[in-house]
Amino acid sequence: MSASASAAASASAPPAADTVRPAARPTSRAGTRPSPARRRPSLGRAVAWTYLGGVVLVTLFPFYWILRTSFSNNYALITHPSSLLPVDFTLGAFRRVLGIATSAESLAEGGSGASINILHFALNSLIFATLSTGLVVFFSLIAAYAFARLEWPGRDLVFSILLTALMVPGILTLLPNFVLIKDLGLLNTFGGLILPGALFSAFNIFFLRQFMLGLSREIEEAALIDGASRLRVLFQITLPMTSGPVTTLSILGFIGAWNDYFWPLLVTSDDSVRPLTLALAVFKQSSPQAAPDWAGLMAATLVAALPMLVLFLAFGRRIVDSIGFSGLK
Amino acid sequence: MAISTTTPARGRTATGRVRKTGPVRRAGSPAHRGDARLAWVLIAPAVIGFLVFAAYPTLRGIYLSFTDFRVLTPPEWTGLDNLKRLVADEVFWHSLGVTAYFVLLSVVIGMTLSVTTAVVLHRLTASTALRGVIILPFLISGVVAATTWSWMLDAQLGIVNIAIRQLGFDPVFFLGSSRWAIPTIALISVWKGMGYNAIIVFAGLQTIPPTIYEAGRIDGANEMQMFRRLTLPLLRPVLAMVLVLTVIGSFQVFDLVAVTTQGGPARASNVLQLYIYDKAFGQFEFGYAATMSLALFAMLIAITFLQMRLLRADESDTD
Repeated sequence: MSASASAAASASAPPAADTVRPAARPTSRAGTRPSPARRRPSLGRAVAWTYLGGVVLVTLFPFYWILRTSFSNNYALITHPSSLLPVDFTLGAFRRVLGIATSAESLAEGGSGASINILHFALNSLIFATLSTGLVVFFSLIAAYAFARLEWPGRDLVFSILLTALMVPGILTLLPNFVLIKDLGLLNTFGGLILPGALFSAFNIFFLRQFMLGLSREIEEAALIDGASRLRVLFQITLPMTSGPVTTLSILGFIGAWNDYFWPLLVTSDDSVRPLTLALAVFKQSSPQAAPDWAGLMAATLVAALPMLVLFLAFGRRIVDSIGFSGLK
Repeated sequence: MAISTTTPARGRTATGRVRKTGPVRRAGSPAHRGDARLAWVLIAPAVIGFLVFAAYPTLRGIYLSFTDFRVLTPPEWTGLDNLKRLVADEVFWHSLGVTAYFVLLSVVIGMTLSVTTAVVLHRLTASTALRGVIILPFLISGVVAATTWSWMLDAQLGIVNIAIRQLGFDPVFFLGSSRWAIPTIALISVWKGMGYNAIIVFAGLQTIPPTIYEAGRIDGANEMQMFRRLTLPLLRPVLAMVLVLTVIGSFQVFDLVAVTTQGGPARASNVLQLYIYDKAFGQFEFGYAATMSLALFAMLIAITFLQMRLLRADESDTD
């Protein structure tokens, strides 16, 4: 549900990315590699590199600060607030947010009364993000196949009607969707969290269809003539060929769902199905104003950000490419 | 309602028609026999999702905005009462002003930094690793970003204020003062989204053929002139898209504010989305909240339309 207009738009052109990539790479080299004549060090280049260094520093420092603080003793942070290394190195903050620290232990390291059972929420997030992403990508894939490969009356009309959903932003549908989920009795269930975004995504359908239209039909036609059923062709021939864009859409969908805040805020009322992002916000807001447990908060933050960092390490290039090409429709 | 009733009906007649005329019309393509039925099976989940969770809520939202609806009792039609109330609601106009201030700051600062970063990256290095680093903040949630920056900007122990004190200035109450709350949240938002936008602009720069720059150089243009006369005009469609997306996204800012200031101090950062949320879930005035959502939606459409017109976003200067 976080897929409001802008977020969804960001997930846009990945299939194009996969088709365009081989052709685009050489141009990028040619475009960025300066000719030897301009290679000589100049004031302009020094300023540019300094600027870039500054951008990288400001981008990365907060991540380092999460690490540094989460391995610190919260009491000791008060006396050494500017130390660049963890203060009085300890795993205490992680023990607190995992709920395995004794109360004496957390008191000694400056834990606040507020606590968070982070594994429970991380599991909720995992269920929510995996199911909603998996379902919507699958349903979009089979719908895209129907729009790209099957011939049936009304196809183009239905397709353009579905696409009108791209223009409706979340603000307009969130409140009525909440009322609907409430009427269905699904508040505070995984069903309520997942359902509104699990069936339909105009962006996914649009771009998977575009990608399929760019694929050669020959293999599929041959299989059909050999007597394979349509469904078999879809799952054994077309699906493997679309694995690139499917992976990209899945990654971006998973990131979106894992980071979603507003929809879980509306439909969850207690800890049972609440995802981690929301639990972290509650943990932050319930921290005492006077002496927050910053070490604990940063430990929880690290756990919340970790899956995204892992995805980034595994699929960084794919993510960068898919974002880049989303602007070049 | 119009959409929800016509689509399935059309489907049914369409399938029926294919059964009657199909064999005659498509005698030459036996491969497509039975396509229609399979197609409807395959698109059924998407169509149901569209009707139930996109079309119906949109129409219901529009309907609810003309009612008095408090969730527990059925909505009561009140015509234009909500709209009249909206026009007279000072908190609404204040929130709109706060939101506009936030949008202005995050768009101006964000666009400037994104374009600068993209151009610098493009001129200096093709490193995917560097581009990867700058989109890292985009991958984490607004809540994580907001929590982290709340800690770094803390008035007593935050590293930013310690640095400021070491430079000999007074600590700044970034999130605790009405003056700084919105600019601070705008900067956090820029931190989170800048790399993402820069990557899009960077990809746009890669599509500009290098020969254009060589021609410019032969004609004696310097870097600044080439940026203004060649890069910016050629990049206009991409820039327009990034601008529109940033404006739409910024207008709906919620999680950053909810986590850092919760609208305070004294409503200084009470953005529109927060006010709508409070009206709906704090005071259960769903009808009025729906009216404000509709108003925000109308403003977004108008602004987007205006931007597209002004920037002539659909045409590039390449041709």
